[in-house]
Amino acid sequence: MSGQTVPVDYSGHMLDLDEDEDLEVFSKAPVADGNPMPNSPSSMVNQFRLEEDEPQDVNAKDLFITVDNPESHITAIETFIMYRVLTKTTRSEFDSSEYEVHRRYQDFLWLRSRLEETHPTLIVHPLPEKFVMKGMVERFNDDFIHTRRKALHRFLNKISEHPILSYNQHFKVFLTAEELTSHRKQGPGFLSRMGETVRAVANTVRGLKSRPEEFAAMQEYVDDFSNKICTVDKVTQRIIKEEREYLDELKQYGPMYGQWAESEGNLAEPLKAVASCVERCGKETEEHAHHLSEVLVPTLHEYILCAETLKAVMRRRDHIQAEFEAKNEALASRKSEQEALQEEVDGLSDRMEGSNEALKGDWFRWKAGMRTDLKSAFVSSAEKNVDYYEKCLAVWESFLLSQRAESSDQQDGEDVS
Amino acid sequence: MMAESGSSEVAVIGNVDLTSTELENNIINTMVERGTALLRRMEINVAEAEKRTGKNTVNMQETYTVYLIETRPAETIAEGGTPAAPDTLWRRYSEFELFRNYLLVTYPHIIIPPLPEKRAEFVWHKLSADNLDPDFVERRRVGLENFLLRVASHPVLSDDEMFLRFLTDEKRWKEAVLETGFQDKVDSRLKSLSAMFRVKNPDKQFTALKHYSDDLNTIISQLLRVRAKVADRLYGVYKVHGNYGRVFSEWSAIEKEMGDGLQSAGHHMDTYAASIDDILEEEEHYADQLKEYLFYTDAVRSVCRKQDLIQYELEMAVQDLSTKKQQKEELTSGTVRIFSLKGMTTKLFGQESQEQRESKLEALDLSIHEGEEAVNEKNRECKEFLQTAWGDIERFREQKDNDLREALISYAIMQISMCKKGIQVWSNAKECFNKM
Repeated sequence: MSGQTVPVDYSGHMLDLDEDEDLEVFSKAPVADGNPMPNSPSSMVNQFRLEEDEPQDVNAKDLFITVDNPESHITAIETFIMYRVLTKTTRSEFDSSEYEVHRRYQDFLWLRSRLEETHPTLIVHPLPEKFVMKGMVERFNDDFIHTRRKALHRFLNKISEHPILSYNQHFKVFLTAEELTSHRKQGPGFLSRMGETVRAVANTVRGLKSRPEEFAAMQEYVDDFSNKICTVDKVTQRIIKEEREYLDELKQYGPMYGQWAESEGNLAEPLKAVASCVERCGKETEEHAHHLSEVLVPTLHEYILCAETLKAVMRRRDHIQAEFEAKNEALASRKSEQEALQEEVDGLSDRMEGSNEALKGDWFRWKAGMRTDLKSAFVSSAEKNVDYYEKCLAVWESFLLSQRAESSDQQDGEDVS
Repeated sequence: MMAESGSSEVAVIGNVDLTSTELENNIINTMVERGTALLRRMEINVAEAEKRTGKNTVNMQETYTVYLIETRPAETIAEGGTPAAPDTLWRRYSEFELFRNYLLVTYPHIIIPPLPEKRAEFVWHKLSADNLDPDFVERRRVGLENFLLRVASHPVLSDDEMFLRFLTDEKRWKEAVLETGFQDKVDSRLKSLSAMFRVKNPDKQFTALKHYSDDLNTIISQLLRVRAKVADRLYGVYKVHGNYGRVFSEWSAIEKEMGDGLQSAGHHMDTYAASIDDILEEEEHYADQLKEYLFYTDAVRSVCRKQDLIQYELEMAVQDLSTKKQQKEELTSGTVRIFSLKGMTTKLFGQESQEQRESKLEALDLSIHEGEEAVNEKNRECKEFLQTAWGDIERFREQKDNDLREALISYAIMQISMCKKGIQVWSNAKECFNKM
């Protein structure tokens, strides 16, 4: 299953999730913006349904985002980095076709938590980690900023590719609003949501009767996947480390041939040539390690964070189920207030169904994305390895040719391979 | 009986997929080509190695390795015929050492080819330092064969009778070589090597050679040490990839579409990780080629020292003669220029008689005559040494340049082979990843 198309009845259930929240957001969208299309839920649905009629392929991408230009901002209280977020779009919900805004890491955090609150059982791509990884001293060193910027760029692009999340109002605000701080203060329930998430973690075990089979399988997969991807990441980091140590030795090794050449006559030329070959191979090794760090490691790292996201999503789904089951039990045991309770239970049941469907659909989508991303990263790494060996091969073959040209007519009639 | 040496040329460059045996043979073919009388009539191999146990001189059990030396007449093989069975005998390393010591003493003006190392040096961590380790034994076998061929291809050494006996007479060789009495000279040679003496007019060429030899010794040692570290690191890089193999295999079990691609890619990772063992084993042969010339520097230094010693002895003889002539002059003229106790006592206790003086003069004349002969002898020895040694040094220089150049070429070939393997494995892995 490609996961690119979305199940038909998705949108209906989605809206049921957080009705108040969504409606509130929609109604706050000022008509004074000059937006011809009314931002009502139904119109969103229509928009959405239109979308799903055409096969959603990469070429139909209509939202392009870049994150670049990290700049240091120093205030009296703190120092932080501002990133420039450029958006180009042909979507009609956007007033303009181009936007340029500036955002800091905190803003990204805000966006992501709003997305998660709005869609607790959708898989929202993770952000790069908040804190500095162990071993780094300065928070704002160039490598760190470079890595973070790339990850933030990935994050926004992943959101923009998501059939539901990319239409989220918070997302639009994030991309377009000049000043984000006023929007950030809006919307109730942020703190209560936090509280609920905390309780959700605690409540997972308690009150959950049994997971439906497909989610049990999902949980098992997530745990295994998390394990494996962490290992792959560790192995990759180790390879980089070993390569760098190998390179350090090569840097000692090559020049020795050059040194030797100084006391030689006839041998000087081939010795110097070998020194040069070793040096060039060393450069290739350096490039190779760099490539691993730039391409494979960030992707693996992303998917380690995805695994954590998946675990959280599963916990939230479990919590929703637990809530329903608790109320349902209460309904069974209580004789009074049956009608009111029944309504509540129905509501929770719908919510649960909706969450489950949302997760199921997004799960396939996520798996397809994971497959594409990891496949691409591994293929690229393998290619780079081939490239590395091809370059080194050329270096040594040219040495052989030069020696062959140097030598007298001792060698007759062999192939040049 | 003209021998047709095996392969026509040293075809090193064209064929890049050489095995270690072929590489070895290429160097050997170079030597055979030089064609001494011995090599023209005889083929020499160190074919095998075997472990033996026995009682040593202090009656303790010991395990040691013996090496099979094969010799056969170097005739063209008749069509359809099989080569004649070789004559064989077994020798252990200590016998090679004994033989080499004989050569060192007997031919002090020749740069004697070195033996392979007694103990494994410049070892990187996965390489065994154990003398009984099969890889070490194999490399030593190659080194011993190399030694024999070097001797056999040397214009002077190949004619030595003890050499022939070493190759053909298993039991009585040792007795014969000890009978030459060379061991008496071993001590004096050792003394001369370690003696500190000052030569007034050192030969410029030999001084330069000594410096070169020392430089070469230093640089090759350093190179070998760093090369071992490089090998160690490279080993680490390759082996870590084995972990990919394991985790991809485990991961493939939980994936549906991605499973096959991951699994097969994992296998290639295992192949890649395993490939380094052979690659580095090959490289040890290159290291051995460098080591040979590292050990050669000791032989070169030895010859230089010998020259120094002869020069010193000449200078001493000249000095001695000059002193005696002085004494005669003083005796005849009556003046004492050189202090001597005898002179002083004579002065104090009275002159000697005419008879005494005449007999002294006679003795001095004789002494001077002997001294002159000694100087002539030393002069001759010196000239002869310079000539023969320098001839050998030129020969050695050319051999060194050729051999080391070939070694560098074979190193390049090994690198190429390693790169080709890498390309193969990673292309395969890429295909598997594409199928994910």
